Amino acid sequence: MARIDVIMPQMGESIVEGTLSTWIKKAGDEVKRDEPIFEISTDKVDAEIPSPSAGILAEILVQEGETVEVNTVVARIETDSSAAVAAAPSAEPAPAPAVEAAPAPAPAPTASPTPSPATAPAPPTSPPAPASVGAEESADERLRRKSTPLVRKMAAEHDLDISTIPGTGHAGRVTKNDVLQFLESPAAAAPAAPAAPAAPAAPAAPAAALAAPSAAIVDPWEEDRVEPWSRIRKLTADHMIMSRRVSAHVQSFFEIDYTAIVDIRRRKKAEYAERGVNLTYLAFITKSAAECLRRHPAINAAVSGESTIFRHDINVGMAVALDWGLIVPVIKHADELSLIGIARAINDLGTRAREKKLLPDEVQRGTFTITNPGGLGSYAGTPIINQPQVAILGVGAIEKRPAVITHPDGTDSLGIRTKGMLSMSYDHRVVDGADGDRFLADLKSMLENYPDEAT
Amino acid sequence: MPEVTYLEAIRQGMLEEMERDENVFILGEDVGSYGGAFKVTDGFLERFGEQRVIDTPIAEAAIVGAAAGAAHMGFRPIAEMQFIDFISCAYDMLTNYVATARYRAGLPTPIVVRGPSGGYVRGGPFHSQNPEAAFLHTPGLKIVCPATARDAKGLIKAAVRDDDPVLYFEHKYLYRRIKEDLPADEEILTPIGKARLAREGSDLTIVTWSAMVFKALEAAEQLASEDGLSIEVIDLRTLLPMDDEAIMASVRKTNRVMIAHEDTRTGGVAGEITARINNDAFEFLDAPVKRVAAYDVPIPYAPALEDFVLPQTEDLVAAARWLAAY
Repeated sequence: MARIDVIMPQMGESIVEGTLSTWIKKAGDEVKRDEPIFEISTDKVDAEIPSPSAGILAEILVQEGETVEVNTVVARIETDSSAAVAAAPSAEPAPAPAVEAAPAPAPAPTASPTPSPATAPAPPTSPPAPASVGAEESADERLRRKSTPLVRKMAAEHDLDISTIPGTGHAGRVTKNDVLQFLESPAAAAPAAPAAPAAPAAPAAPAAALAAPSAAIVDPWEEDRVEPWSRIRKLTADHMIMSRRVSAHVQSFFEIDYTAIVDIRRRKKAEYAERGVNLTYLAFITKSAAECLRRHPAINAAVSGESTIFRHDINVGMAVALDWGLIVPVIKHADELSLIGIARAINDLGTRAREKKLLPDEVQRGTFTITNPGGLGSYAGTPIINQPQVAILGVGAIEKRPAVITHPDGTDSLGIRTKGMLSMSYDHRVVDGADGDRFLADLKSMLENYPDEAT
Repeated sequence: MPEVTYLEAIRQGMLEEMERDENVFILGEDVGSYGGAFKVTDGFLERFGEQRVIDTPIAEAAIVGAAAGAAHMGFRPIAEMQFIDFISCAYDMLTNYVATARYRAGLPTPIVVRGPSGGYVRGGPFHSQNPEAAFLHTPGLKIVCPATARDAKGLIKAAVRDDDPVLYFEHKYLYRRIKEDLPADEEILTPIGKARLAREGSDLTIVTWSAMVFKALEAAEQLASEDGLSIEVIDLRTLLPMDDEAIMASVRKTNRVMIAHEDTRTGGVAGEITARINNDAFEFLDAPVKRVAAYDVPIPYAPALEDFVLPQTEDLVAAARWLAAY
């Protein structure tokens, strides 16, 4: 009789909780060691969790849809097969609370009763709140409510509600200095102030607070299908709204003549295929963008409060569309990779994103993002910045277009060239038009004169 | 004023005490005709003779035991451990006998046990240890860990004059790297149990001792210029009895504390200091107490591995940034 605990794993340094999205195995199923037994969804990534041991899945303690803290025991595995599954009472799922319990007309079950977590009860008196199941409080919100002893003492002395003080610490936590500043000028620090993304490491920080007002309730009509948001959908929604509110989005568009790259691809395709790599336009664009980012540090940056962080590393995120949402795996140190290295990384991250095999660290620490709306034919896009970054590049459809060609002797003629738009949204708070355009001009020049020896 | 190395300061301190009080004598492995493995007692034999500079067998328990017996008879011995790592051989004598003698029998045991501790010198697992945590737990002992030449001299002299057993952990990395002007005509006595404010600051406090003091000062300098942070550095100097008041005063001022030590993390002195801060200054904390310490492994011999295992300035800088941003 030996039962092994299966716990909610810590999928990355800043992750404190995870949502058990799907049980792949049922209670009573036999499992092999390292065989995926359930799927989780965290702030950063979805992943399949392998069994720590071979045996029988004896008890399921956390139901699908529940969010629990890291290290919570979610199941037990009976390793002694003779002991069998004595009783698996908790195995029959109590009807998944969030999704199906709502009576017919309630269309937004997860959102409706939520008493806006941003204005939750004053922290000094509230107990540590052991991540009550179902309560849609994000890790960041909880961090923010967990104020330090000093802040609690100061708040008590001055009769302040900590949740009304804008925080500048990790995940918007209220610090001593925040309290002092609030005491100096409480008006200036009104709770509505969209206190920028205070924590550069946690892009989703103020999301919930900012997104809250948009949740209008709409009645579904007959025969409509109502689908509550998945975690990834909600995170995406919050992040998009937050980004639009926080950043001053502005776009520039450059048309790129890819003919030189067409030529390289044609000549090198076989050679690269032999090495098992598909040499895509995206690889060229990513490689060139990484090079140009090094020359234009203003674009490879992040905003923190009222400062700009110029990132030393060049980590390029690649937006990958999945059937169930959007994820942005990150190519770390993209400027240090060769073209073939970039191509491989794109293939690899894309494949594993679709297979839910990404590690949490692989979707973190991006410094710039590339998205590819042209994949389905869009002429150009106006993407939303991936906070706290300051710029995102959109790759428009690449196709043959008529073009005016100027010959060496100065005469012009019409010709057929392979062209496509590059659009970039950038944060005008910190990146001026000239900076953005200089970067794009540099990128255009590199792509149109792509050095053969760099392939 | 003459420039005095950390090593020379220890030597001067012992010389002065031996000149002052004829009951002070030294014993240890190779301390006599060889002058000590690091030459701390070079020339002592010629100056004070075989009666007061005694070469012993390689038997640390016997060295400490002999010193304790002599102390009961009115002497004030200074026992050298050739490397402080080997003090563990005398652990029984120190913890069971020496530390309890006053309590058990009313016998004061005014001995000093000193020796080179610490890493960063490619010494490997047997020549790099910091044993302070092993003895911090023993009531009846005092532990001092000087960082500066001035304190190296002032603390060895104070240790000799103390009526209780004092473990004097000098840091071999500092031996010849630290040089200070010490006036020859000034009698330097550093009080045992008093910390030193090594650098004044307002944003966060680094509590540390021994060679780590210099890494903390380096980190403070870097953080001042790169992050505009004002870091306070407290050099504890004495670990037992600990200067709680100095620590708490700084915590109450900066509200953010890092404890940095070269010894391994688990069961290290930082844990004890953290507990004291929680007890005495909890409501003054604006961030969790942060520890920076060596990984829980033996000190590797390979230079790259030793550098990895032992805390470096950049580790302190990273921890300070985390703490400041909390």
